Amino acid sequence: MKKIFPDAKAALEGLTFDGMTVMSGGFGLCGIPENLIMALRDTGVKDITVISNNAGVDDFGLGFLLQTRQIKKMISSYVGENKEFERQFLAGELELEFNPQGTLAERCRAGGAGIPGFYTKTGVGTVIAEGKEHKDFNGETYILETGLAADLSIVKAWKADEQGNLIFRKTARNFNPMMATAGKITVVEVEEIVPLGSMDPDCIHTPGIFVQRIIKGEHEKRIEQRTIRERETA
Amino acid sequence: MPWDRNDMARRAAQELEDGFYVNLGIGIPTLVANYIGEDIDVTLQSENGMLGMGPFPYDDEVDADLINAGKQTITELRRTSYFSSADSFGMIRGGHIDLSVLGAMEVSEKGDLANWMIPGKMVKGMGGAMDLVAGVKRVVVVMDHASKAGDPKLLHECSLPLTGQQVVDMVITNLGVFEIDRGKGMKLTELAPGVTLDDVKAQTQATFEAAV
Repeated sequence: MKKIFPDAKAALEGLTFDGMTVMSGGFGLCGIPENLIMALRDTGVKDITVISNNAGVDDFGLGFLLQTRQIKKMISSYVGENKEFERQFLAGELELEFNPQGTLAERCRAGGAGIPGFYTKTGVGTVIAEGKEHKDFNGETYILETGLAADLSIVKAWKADEQGNLIFRKTARNFNPMMATAGKITVVEVEEIVPLGSMDPDCIHTPGIFVQRIIKGEHEKRIEQRTIRERETA
Repeated sequence: MPWDRNDMARRAAQELEDGFYVNLGIGIPTLVANYIGEDIDVTLQSENGMLGMGPFPYDDEVDADLINAGKQTITELRRTSYFSSADSFGMIRGGHIDLSVLGAMEVSEKGDLANWMIPGKMVKGMGGAMDLVAGVKRVVVVMDHASKAGDPKLLHECSLPLTGQQVVDMVITNLGVFEIDRGKGMKLTELAPGVTLDDVKAQTQATFEAAV
């Protein structure tokens, strides 16, 4: 079975439908599947539930899918960088489910690992705990959170081989590995497709079993907060 | 003279101990990194997946794949390791991080914290704050003593949605330092230079014991 596809459009063919759930990797704009987000927009698919830590910015990343109103609901931990998101939400045009960031990460991990639920102390005593089962372990209270799965996961990695073995780079890893495991179909875009055997098997972050389709993308890698320091001059 | 942002960060840095793994929040907490004593070895964690966070890069070192939780470009150190968000919050939730310094909108006298939303107004999200306060061993809040409108932020009970219940151990404001015995009560232990106990009382709703 050939996993490598010619481009993002081809890689999403036959995978999208209205009302679907999509996981999209990245933290802020770091490590987002830029090419697959654009291709998802171009399919015209509607009423998507998107599971992503953030919602992009107004004119990049998932912000594109907000502009075109293709997103019905977001499951995220932080959406503060996107004004269009805030506007649509306050106007009642968009559903939003906030998850604490660690709970969101663990829900994706659990969903991909066949674990339907887990207990965590994150959010106990807050609105996050409302309506959830509470249980005490060793004198501390925990709440039940459920695993998450998606019809499609779109993921950004640094390198892949033809088997879909993946290596991520620096903090662009973030949510991508868990989301790769939790999609019924996982499509990955990478900066480089490398020959089999050229990656050290001990250093592979995501084994190819979790990856169904791969493309090589072109990445702008926009930076949200370019923060630098000055060199002291002698 | 009450403390300014840098003074508060400098005071918070005194809570760091040799060998600590520390998570610094966005805003004034980020400044704490500038005041870590040279005689102690501290490793900074960034919850987007990095241990051993270095300083901001020089212009020619900027790497889009290397950012902190505030989405600012940063650098790595020789000790650095990278990991997924699930591993990152495993460290946090699992109690492996020694200290977290974060900002707040309100803190109650029992140590409740509110810092993630204002209903009907601000829709940003909690990010990793709920996980941090639930899992990190010791939580230090750095914030202005009163809101821009002059309303107290140290309260009997928080009015805003909580980030965590009975989770704060210390509050450093521009007026002084409070220690909190979680679930029990708070104690004023230090005053900023030139600030009097009456100044603090005038701007505080929470009940506190004065130990200065």
